[in-house]
Amino acid sequence: MKKELQVAALQNGTSIDHIPSDQVFKVVSLLQLDKLGNPITIGSNLTSKKMGKKGIIKIADKFFREDEINRIALVAPNVNLNIIKEYEVVDKKNVALPDTIIDIVKCNNPKCITNNEPMPTRFDVIDKEKVKLRCHYCEIRIEKEDIILK
Amino acid sequence: MLNLPAFPAKFLIFVNKNTHTKNRFMKPRSLVDIGNYGKDDILRILKSAAKFKANPNRDYLQGKVCATLFFEPSTRTRLSFETAVNRLRGRIVGFSDAATSSSSKGESLKDTIMMVSNYTDLIIMRHHLEGSARYASEISPVPIINAGDGANQHPTQTLLDLFTIYETQGTLENLTITIVGDLKYGRAVHSLIQGLAHFRPTFHFVAPEELKIPDKYKQFCDKLAIRYREFSDFSPEAINSVDILYMTRVQRERFTDLMEYEKVKNVYVLHNDMLADSKPNLKVLHPLPRVKEISQDVDDNPKAYYFQQAKNGMFTRQAVICDLLGIEVE
Repeated sequence: MKKELQVAALQNGTSIDHIPSDQVFKVVSLLQLDKLGNPITIGSNLTSKKMGKKGIIKIADKFFREDEINRIALVAPNVNLNIIKEYEVVDKKNVALPDTIIDIVKCNNPKCITNNEPMPTRFDVIDKEKVKLRCHYCEIRIEKEDIILK
Repeated sequence: MLNLPAFPAKFLIFVNKNTHTKNRFMKPRSLVDIGNYGKDDILRILKSAAKFKANPNRDYLQGKVCATLFFEPSTRTRLSFETAVNRLRGRIVGFSDAATSSSSKGESLKDTIMMVSNYTDLIIMRHHLEGSARYASEISPVPIINAGDGANQHPTQTLLDLFTIYETQGTLENLTITIVGDLKYGRAVHSLIQGLAHFRPTFHFVAPEELKIPDKYKQFCDKLAIRYREFSDFSPEAINSVDILYMTRVQRERFTDLMEYEKVKNVYVLHNDMLADSKPNLKVLHPLPRVKEISQDVDDNPKAYYFQQAKNGMFTRQAVICDLLGIEVE
């Protein structure tokens, strides 16, 4: 028996699977999907054997650059990101934390210049495995659980 | 309509008055963070500071204008920078309080820096926001000297500390330094550890439990194989075997538990009799202002060196200013 898909299949585009359910809309925002005119299917709280609950996003006719994809590494580092052409997976991509994160994360230090001046934030990733960041400006270190997106 | 002659492209070269800047797209060198200065940079500054100490009045800044932008008040640092510029025959513009600047009208730091850099050859700034000097150095076409950005960095303090240590010990290599007081929040302490790290030091950290040296500085020492010990008592052991005793203030407002402050406030105080068995070359330093952590009876001991240390700030700042402007010190 053919397994029923929880979200309709995609002819051409990008499918992002195994997104933690509570991060689905952060991924939408980080990839700026709200600004796209393409057809987008968003599934949240879907059943997953691996995760219990998961989210899926399928974006038709859209193929992201690597730096765009890497924006979501902070909130969903273990997603499956597939490039689909004519209903077939033609490429699988891994999400990787970049060395520097620009204008995505808010600095937790209220006395940091970035919270008081109209300017982009900038963090150096000092531990990719544990996701530890250091503000390029005030030098405060931020642990994964304390990361706040802008 | 005015008909202006076309300017040949080969003459359209931006000439910057700053000798370190070849064109407007090349960032000038700034002093924001002691971590950006390597061993050679530090030794170059100290060498030139010694020349200024021998002869502080020179005309190296004749025709140059330096800005002192003190968004946060300061006495010692501002006066020593301004004296440094004056002794080099430079001119100074600026303000000593943000209330008298356009930032009180809501002007952004960027706009203030861009405007002031139009008028001056160098900007010396102190700001209460952390990271402000780094940001200024990224946008300014003239060099920036960080004279303190909140609790973050104060690199000229570190350079004057290093100069004083070098002057009193004849070397920076293989010294043992006891640092006493607020090791958790003290930016002078953190930068001193970074600055001395190039010279194989041994540290003794003396602090109450609440103000212990943060793990990240211990990890920094571990990574560089720098030896250190931690003490919670200000014991003779931490004084008698060392070359430098660096005192800092234990501030009441740093404690979450005021009972704890009451318990420790008199523990980290240096009295003259505590120096009786110290090494002959020992010198007592303090970034100042001193409150009660060094009792007045120490002042007359020849091992007390904190006022000379503050004076050295001026020579060190003369050296930093000339270094950033590419001026060779004879």
